[in-house]
Amino acid sequence: MKDHSENASFGETSSEPAISRREFLLRVGATTALIAGGVVGGAALWQKDHFIPGFEEQQGLTLPSYRIEASKVLPSLAIAHGTEHSPVIRAAIDALGGMERFVKKGDIVLIKPNVGFDRSPALAATTHPDALRAVARLVLEAGASKVLVADNPINSPAGCFLKSGLQAVASELNLSLLYPEANFFSPLQIEGEILRNWTFFHEPFKKATKVIGLAPCKDHNLCHASMTMKNWYGLLGGQRNQFHQHIHSIVSDFALMMKPTLVILDGMNVLMRNGPTGGRLSDVKSMGTVVAGIDMVAVDSYGYTRLMERDLDELTYIHKAHERGLGNKNWQDVFHKEIQV
Amino acid sequence: MKIRTARRISQVFFFSLFLFFVIITDLRYLKGYPASLFLELDPLVSFATAITTHTVYKGLLWSLLLWVPTLLLGRIFCNWICPYGILHHFIGWLFGKGRSVEKTRVESNRYRSIYQVKYIILIAVVVAAICGSLQVGLLDPICLFYRSMATAIMPTLNMIFPASVYVRQFFHSGGWVIGFLLFFLVAMNVVIPRFFCRVLCPLGAFLGTLSMVSLWRIDRDPNKCVDCDLCLKNCEGAADPHTQLRKSECFVCFNCIEDCPEKAISFKFMPNLQRELTAPQVPARRAVLASLAGACFFAFGRTSGASDRDYNKKVIRPPGSVEEKQFLDRCIKCDQCIRVCPTNVLQPTLMEAGVEGIWTPILNMKVGYCELNCTLCGQVCPTGAIQRITIEEKTGVGKFAKQGPIRLGTAFYDRGRCLPWSMETPCVVCEEVCPTSPKAIYSREVTITRRDGQQVTLRRPYVDPVLCIGCGICEHECPVSDEAAIRVSPIGETRSRERRLLLDGGVSRK
Repeated sequence: MKDHSENASFGETSSEPAISRREFLLRVGATTALIAGGVVGGAALWQKDHFIPGFEEQQGLTLPSYRIEASKVLPSLAIAHGTEHSPVIRAAIDALGGMERFVKKGDIVLIKPNVGFDRSPALAATTHPDALRAVARLVLEAGASKVLVADNPINSPAGCFLKSGLQAVASELNLSLLYPEANFFSPLQIEGEILRNWTFFHEPFKKATKVIGLAPCKDHNLCHASMTMKNWYGLLGGQRNQFHQHIHSIVSDFALMMKPTLVILDGMNVLMRNGPTGGRLSDVKSMGTVVAGIDMVAVDSYGYTRLMERDLDELTYIHKAHERGLGNKNWQDVFHKEIQV
Repeated sequence: MKIRTARRISQVFFFSLFLFFVIITDLRYLKGYPASLFLELDPLVSFATAITTHTVYKGLLWSLLLWVPTLLLGRIFCNWICPYGILHHFIGWLFGKGRSVEKTRVESNRYRSIYQVKYIILIAVVVAAICGSLQVGLLDPICLFYRSMATAIMPTLNMIFPASVYVRQFFHSGGWVIGFLLFFLVAMNVVIPRFFCRVLCPLGAFLGTLSMVSLWRIDRDPNKCVDCDLCLKNCEGAADPHTQLRKSECFVCFNCIEDCPEKAISFKFMPNLQRELTAPQVPARRAVLASLAGACFFAFGRTSGASDRDYNKKVIRPPGSVEEKQFLDRCIKCDQCIRVCPTNVLQPTLMEAGVEGIWTPILNMKVGYCELNCTLCGQVCPTGAIQRITIEEKTGVGKFAKQGPIRLGTAFYDRGRCLPWSMETPCVVCEEVCPTSPKAIYSREVTITRRDGQQVTLRRPYVDPVLCIGCGICEHECPVSDEAAIRVSPIGETRSRERRLLLDGGVSRK
């Protein structure tokens, strides 16, 4: 008994009941489970090898072609002249065989306007709302089940869509307008001259079955002109301001990246100088022309020579695209039709 | 209907209205709604800006709507209308101590001498305003709550639910300071119920001072009273309704009337003055010290020079902003401009604009840029720190062509960082995005021989200071994105005659 009293500091063992088997198992079990959990969890999460940050292997999605089958009887380039967007666009599309040639009943059609800047329509720096309205109507008449409109502007998206007047057209015709939300982008993989793996506005392409590019015709300070080929710039995200270091290669890569169903170049009012932003009505010249076609290289070469009234020799990206077999820069050689409305 | 139910309806209504205004303060939804209403109703804002500017700016006249009922009924604003008060009331109910223990609640609602601090704060900010530094917005509940919503809560909501608030995530430098301050003030309800309202709120102190003359107040009939103190159980203001009512502390929540088992308490017209403490209890020496503190704040802040010779190149103010010293007279740091800015360029300062300018808006081109065809910040500014200019006035077109556009500053090249200037690499993104016509940024083509002997033709950019408006999109879009190769600084800003750059404003070269 004496020994016990000396050991009192270890707890009065004599007066405490022994722990039950049940309690013993529970307490040992909890400890063991946590040890085992730590070991198993640690082993499962263990990153054994290092990697080199920034040089991880990149994977991206690839885009299908949205082109229609070529036709021997219908032209693939149409040039229409007139005074108002709606009839001129209609005439150009009719000359190609009507919108039914491009859009089938039930198609989900993405129209890609150029809304890069926060500008009013009259300044011709963005796709004109009348042009979007005319094209969207034709697409809906052809039986499209849904029309998507998407762009990733340089200026703030909400302001661009609002002040360009495209938001009003979208709500008027019930088109679904997609803002460039962060989770709408995924990396794209192509084998371009410069463009290899780049973050891409993928969301509209998850649903779209046809793609129409609807671009204004305008001057550009660095690459001379922004037309239907340059328009696809607005589908990319990331640090696009690096593109300018190889701008002609990049623009020609767009012809590889995107195989649209149809491109339409709105040359009703052309931004002749101070592009791509413009800002004064005196920068704009009325040309009363709409060019539509399957080959964006041909469409742009018409636009540059006839609407911008410039020498095609300086437009390096057109030649690059032509040499890479991505289109025909000699628009006269393409089966075309010219109409006066 | 019980009066408590009516009050709860009012609280839900005004809190929702406040949230609604916060949400619609966005280019996409702001369609003529009176989004600044709460700030314009705030009598402390109009009173203090009237001191600093000798005017009552536009919608601030609405504050009379609150001024008058306070003089009649007391601080009804605090418990019926104030969204920040309602937040604290709700949090106090949710997390407050002794929810179920009557005694604890009665004790926690007795008046404490620390509640005089708000009057000391009020005296300090009013004296600072008299000297010429407007600091009411630091703790004014509407400014504080709006600022917290704009710079901390809304960005957080958007992070949890992407694209719910913004198309792209917005960032606000130092938002964490504002966010944690909100968190701290809300959490303090656990220690002292309605800690902010009772201890810190300068608007409450202001309304409390006004309510000294109110004609109605809570009154206890001492003949019916059995001294059970149950009237304290839910007393929001800690106004001691069980004894002499502290008139300027009472939030007029009417809880005591319903909690009194003897029906001894009523809301009465001109009751006996003997049964109230009419004036706030602030010892004179403390009041004098508070005045000194306010004056010293102004003096020390002003002589630090941030609004004068030692102005910071980062302090680029929104378009339509008044000259810096007047800006400090007007800006209440509500940060409504920051909420409405569509490009996220507007950021709250911490110390950039000096101690007087804490939480005022500046442009950070790394985050955004000033949209040419946008004057939303001036549209929502309740005090005219950013004047309500039109697009025509901002861009200097039409009948404003002669005076030219409003300049926020001027862009300068850092040629050592510029790709075409120092790295033989084509670029000129800056020229592309320059929104003026003709472009303020122009480039000259040069053909150079690279070190490998190859000839390369590229364009090198320049700024035309006559055309540059300092919008900063060049800086924002520059691929050298850590410290851009072209940067805007406030030199040349229209609002300050001292900080202009060109002698003739560039007119002779046009």
